[in-house]
Amino acid sequence: MFACQSEQEMEFKRYYSSGQLIYQTHCQNCHGKEGQGLAALIPPLNDADFLKSNRAQLSCYMQNGLSGNIIIHSNNYNGKMPASGLTPIEIAKVLTYVQNSFGNQLGLFNLKQVETDLKVCK
Amino acid sequence: MKLLIPGLAALLLWSACSSNKSENKLPVYGNREAVTKTVNGKTVTDTVYQTIPPFSYVNQYGKTITDKSLDGSIYVADFFFTTCPSICPIMHRNMLNVYNEFKNGSNVKIVSYTIDPSHDSVAVLKSYADKLGIKGDNWWLLQGKKEETYKLAGSYLVAVQEDKAAPGGAVHSGYFVLVDKQKRIRGTYNGTDEKEVSKLVTDIKTLQAEPDEAIAQ
Repeated sequence: MFACQSEQEMEFKRYYSSGQLIYQTHCQNCHGKEGQGLAALIPPLNDADFLKSNRAQLSCYMQNGLSGNIIIHSNNYNGKMPASGLTPIEIAKVLTYVQNSFGNQLGLFNLKQVETDLKVCK
Repeated sequence: MKLLIPGLAALLLWSACSSNKSENKLPVYGNREAVTKTVNGKTVTDTVYQTIPPFSYVNQYGKTITDKSLDGSIYVADFFFTTCPSICPIMHRNMLNVYNEFKNGSNVKIVSYTIDPSHDSVAVLKSYADKLGIKGDNWWLLQGKKEETYKLAGSYLVAVQEDKAAPGGAVHSGYFVLVDKQKRIRGTYNGTDEKEVSKLVTDIKTLQAEPDEAIAQ
């Protein structure tokens, strides 16, 4: 039965479970155990529409930090997120975790995509 | 033997209950000294506990807040800064639970001292408070001189706590300090730990129930 898992599913699970550990160490203090954020200070991570429409920028946000106004669930957030200091593979893993937790179901975010996106950070 | 066991059990139960009872009283932390003085011609020895020294800060509304502003209040103190990316968000997520528990009363306050006053102006603190959703006068965000804040942290035993765990950045240890109406320290709690913060809420209630004669110094 376990052998029936496709290579793709296995890859997803590997990304997801190490992504969870990276999230707990690097993201959870601010964004919360349930990705709930903190009042109007820190945005929640459960706005799947935001994640989808900014997909190509997510890796850059992780690598370089993020400041300026963003709209999450129609609320404004204008705090400053510091650069994460994560490597591209860690970014891929944690994005896979976030994109498939807190009600999000957006599938695998693989290393190749992270590397491509990081080349064109604004 | 048959008689002895229930007897022993009863004794154990009794002592368990009595020890529970004494645990209901919170300890007093910090240094203490015996002071001998003469009152009405008689020599009296009294225990003097460490208390929070006088201070003067400005809160998020631009109002001056001193130690006197906290007279008659039980309060919780912590040290933070608004741009802190590491432990402050989780501390204040947990502190919000304390705030929500006591925001409708008047005798429990929260004071958060910023350790980065050059960035955390009154306007920055007000904006932070608004975004956190705190209103009124139950939770003050205080701004003052950096050196004084560092010194004051020592009086809250915060630096002492931190010295043991990690040298450097001594003030910023993430502890919540519970202070009673006599300005004595009655508990310290790891502000990043949800369970310890629940205990803080319980301890505040214990302190509220302390009869006045027991706490009179």
